[in-house]
This record gives sequence, C-alpha cells and structure tokens, in this order.
Amino acid sequence: MILQTRGLCKRFGGVHVARNIDFGIEAGEIHCLIGPNGAGKSSLFRLILGAHQPDSGTILFKDEDVTRLPPFARIRKGMSVKFQVPGIFKDLSVRQNLVISFQHHLHGHDLEATIQRVVAFAGLEGLEGKAAGTLSHGRQQWLEIGMAVGVEPSLLLLDEPTAGMSPEETRQTGEMLRVLNAQGVTILAVEHDMSFVQQIADRVTVLHFGEIFAQGSVQEIISHPGVADIYLGASDD
Amino acid sequence: MTGQGKSGPGVGPSLIDATPRQQRNTLALWLSRLEGPQTMGRGRGFWSVLALAVLAAAIYPMFVDGWTVGNTAYFLVWTFMAMGLGVIWGYAGSLSFGQTAFFGLAGYGYGVLTLNFGAAYGFTLVALLLAVGLAVLLAVVLGYFMFYGRVQGVFIGIVTLSVTLVFQAFMAQTAGPEWAIGAARLNGFNGMSGMPPLTIPWPGGDVLLYADIALYYVLLGLMLVVYLGLRMLLNAPFGNVLVAIRENPERAEMLGYDVRRYQLLGFVLGGALAGLSGVLYTAWGQYITPSSMGITAAALPVIWVAFGGRKDVTATLIGTLAMIFLYQWLTIYGSQYAIVAMGVILVLTVLFAPEGIVLSLMRWLSARLTPAGGRP
Repeated sequence: MILQTRGLCKRFGGVHVARNIDFGIEAGEIHCLIGPNGAGKSSLFRLILGAHQPDSGTILFKDEDVTRLPPFARIRKGMSVKFQVPGIFKDLSVRQNLVISFQHHLHGHDLEATIQRVVAFAGLEGLEGKAAGTLSHGRQQWLEIGMAVGVEPSLLLLDEPTAGMSPEETRQTGEMLRVLNAQGVTILAVEHDMSFVQQIADRVTVLHFGEIFAQGSVQEIISHPGVADIYLGASDD
Repeated sequence: MTGQGKSGPGVGPSLIDATPRQQRNTLALWLSRLEGPQTMGRGRGFWSVLALAVLAAAIYPMFVDGWTVGNTAYFLVWTFMAMGLGVIWGYAGSLSFGQTAFFGLAGYGYGVLTLNFGAAYGFTLVALLLAVGLAVLLAVVLGYFMFYGRVQGVFIGIVTLSVTLVFQAFMAQTAGPEWAIGAARLNGFNGMSGMPPLTIPWPGGDVLLYADIALYYVLLGLMLVVYLGLRMLLNAPFGNVLVAIRENPERAEMLGYDVRRYQLLGFVLGGALAGLSGVLYTAWGQYITPSSMGITAAALPVIWVAFGGRKDVTATLIGTLAMIFLYQWLTIYGSQYAIVAMGVILVLTVLFAPEGIVLSLMRWLSARLTPAGGRP
C-alpha cells in the first residue's frame, strides 16, 4: 500500500465529512473515488493532502505517518496534486508555471529537459510564452496536470481532472493518465463522470455520507445494487 | 515584456539567451542572472541606458554645489526602504504598512550606539550593521507571529501599521531625563540628534560622510549594489517562489513550498532594507524623531511604490526617486499641500494605472520598441 488511512474522522460542526475511514491505495493502480455530492470525496482528498487536519485517525504514506505534516511536506515526500478549479498561476507564462513547479528539485539542463518533456506531454507546444490564464479551459487543466507530474510523484492526486472538459478533451485526459500510470505513477482521482471512471480506473471506492459504501473493480461497482441506488441511479437518467 | 513574464524568457535578443560559447564566459553568466521574468529590462538596450544613467549620476556632482549633492543623497537614502517594500508587497503580495517601524528602530539604534560609543575605529559602520540587525530581529519576531499565525491580506497592513504607530507613540513620550540609554537621551517628540555621521577609517585621517559629495557616492554605489542584488535574487528560484505565493498561495504550498517561510524571508529582507534606510537617514541628517514612524511617514513609501509599480524593482526605484523629488519640490510651497498632492497622485495611480504609473510607461515603451511578437 502506498497510502493508507486508519479510522479517519472529520467533522465540520454537526456534519461528519469522514466517518472512520479505512482506505488504501495499492502502488501502481489508478483508483477512483466516487459518490454523490456531499459524500465526502473532496474532504477525504483534502485530509490526505493535509489541507484539513483529521479529528482522529492516521494517514500513512509509504508506511510513514504523515498525519501531522503540513501539505508542503507531504508534497516533498512524493505526493502531487491537481485541483478541480485549475490551480495555476494565471498571470504567469506557461513556462514560468512549469519552472516554479520543478525548480526545487531540478536545475539547469535537467529543468529545461523536463519542461520540454512536460510541454510535449501536455500538448502545450508553442504556448510556453503565453499567460497561463489565456489558455483554453482544457489546456489549463492539462498544464496543471503537467505541473503535477513533472515532479515525478509516486502518488498523483486529481480532484475532478475532467471538470468542464469536452468529451474529446476528457478522452485525451484519460489517455494521458494511462500513459502516466504505465510509467509507474499511482493515481487517486476524485471523479463523477462514470464513463471516464470506466475508461481509467483499476479500482473504485464509493463514498456515501462520509463513509466507505463500497469498494471494488469498476465492474463490481457498476453491478453493485446499492451503488446504483445511491449514485448511479440518481445520476443516470 | 511584462514584469510577470507574460511571455517566455526564450524570446528576443537577451543576455539570458547566451550561446554556449558565451556561457563559458563567467561575466556573461553573471549578467544573465540579472535578467529574467521577474524584472523588466533586458538586453543591450536596457543595460546601455542604465550605464548612461549611472554615468550621469556619477559626473553630476561636478556640475552642482556640495549642498545640492548632499540633498540628492537624501533622495537615495529612501530607495532602500522602497525597494524592500516592493519585495514584500509587489513580489510576495503582502502589503506592509509599517516599514517605518524598522526604519525608526534602526535609526534610533544607530543613534544610541554611536552616541554611546563614538565614531572611532570605524564603529559607525559596526553600528550600522548592529542597527540593521535590530530591524532584522524585529522583522523575524513580528513576521514569525504574522505568517506562522496565518495572518493574511489587509490584516498584515493593519498589524504592521499598528506596530509603527505604537513605536511612534512610545518614542514621543520619552522626553524626560529618565529616558536615556547610557549617554543617549531619547528626547521625546524632539527626537535624538548629534550622533556622528558614518565614518570610514582611512590611513591619514578618517573620512566623515557628512551630507556631501562623498556620502552621495557611497549611497549611489550602495543603491546600485542593492538594486542589482535584488534583480538577481528576484530572478532566482527565491523570487519565483515569492511571485508564486503572490499569485496563488495554495498552489505554491501544494507544489511543496513552505509558504510561511518564504513570506517571512521576504518580510525580513524588506525589514532589513527599511532599517538600512533608517540608519542612513539618521547618519545623513544626524537626527531622528518619532515622526519618522508616524502615519504620514508610513504612508509615503506605500505611495512611492504604488506610483512606481510594486511588481518591478526598476519601476519601484524610478518611481520612488521621482516622487521624493516631487515631494521635496512641492514642500517649498507648503508641506501640507505636498501631502495632499501625494494623496491625489495615489488616487490617480489606483484609478488609471493600478500596476503603477512608471511600470505602465515602461511596458508601453517596451511594447513600442519591440517588434511584434517579440519581447524586449
């Protein structure tokens, strides 16, 4: 297991966003986190990152307890994240975005080579000098994925990576993630687009009211009667 | 080009595009570090203009009397505080309204030290370092509690302004004889005076830097060193991180940067530069009063930097010198009018060129001078 949570609990006032969550991600898999709105997907995501502190429970990353570490320290240990709303530096150039993302572990020719590689990977050739905020929505998402993968993370966390993308952009993003996964990156994606989940996921965890409702392969989840009730049935009309 | 790197640094004639042959040249490599996406001005054109400006500043004392040169030195005194504020506010995105706290603390520190220990054996230079050290200490303590306490946005301005006003109020009530540190009377609202000027030990007689030509050259040199040093620092990874924090602090943290630490470092750098200005001011006029930490004094650097353009150190420097010159010129007609005029300029800047008037002019000029699609 590259990441494990044990008995993770978090409340905001009277709302339990995480109830006793025991959750794990195997190294090398693409794991999708699904569930209806308000199920606690984003909260679990933020707990894993350290943006929220749990009320109780522990988080192990590569067998090390990271529960009390601030987000930047978890990133330094090999996590990397892409947010739902493009978390890029909009007024800075694409190139500057990438330089800032990679400069703490790469310098000189290595930095340059990585920037070129990521630019090609994210389909941003010829746009290096453009202000990132002027790119199309899909390209902004890809730029952020590029920023997240250039650091060669062992665990890539994606919060709705295809939000706001066209079907074609969504398909390309799926291919992008498959390529990354083949290169050895473990991926955890919060997602609600089931066709996208079917395209990429090795395993799926379903959250409901802050609890793990079901877990298994895509086929198991799709054929799970309860899941269809709480989630798929509700959104598949 | 733009101060925020709207286009990639690989475009256009630039020292940063040094060919491999040139890169072997150490000088070219050092020069290339002066340029980058975080500062405007690059290539032969810019550096030629800068060299001419420095040359003009260097020969200027030959054409005017010593008093006028000493007065011009006074303009230079303030540039350090302004450039430091530019780092904290313009680059790191935290508006400090209390740089004068560091200015005043270091100024009084220099006064207390030199009034007690004199100027022999180059002690004034030691006092300069110690006084700037005091400012650094204050910046470390204040900055630690602000940034590690997650104080953000406008509250940084409120906290820093409060600190400088507390300092002013405290120093203003130190009129009695009981308020003395060794031989140095604090003197309440009238302030402290009579401290020695900066004195450079020299074989055959110390060089006393009164408000005159020698001090002017020292300040000019110091200003140039700080300006070029800041350019290097801001274009180095450190400057990139400051800009990243300004643009999107959460993303900066999620890229693995300890945002609080970088904010603190930027704040301490700005505090040190404000302290340097405070010492130089005290040594220049051989006095310092609590009003140098008052609300008017605290507001002026903010106006200079806003007028110049906080996001570019060159624009900050030019804008500050222009505003201090204008302020002094207007003061001839009455200091109250001068303050009102500063306020009007601030309002006009915010309305018509929120990024700064000098910076907007520089961008306009560089767009005119650069072929379409390129970058100056």
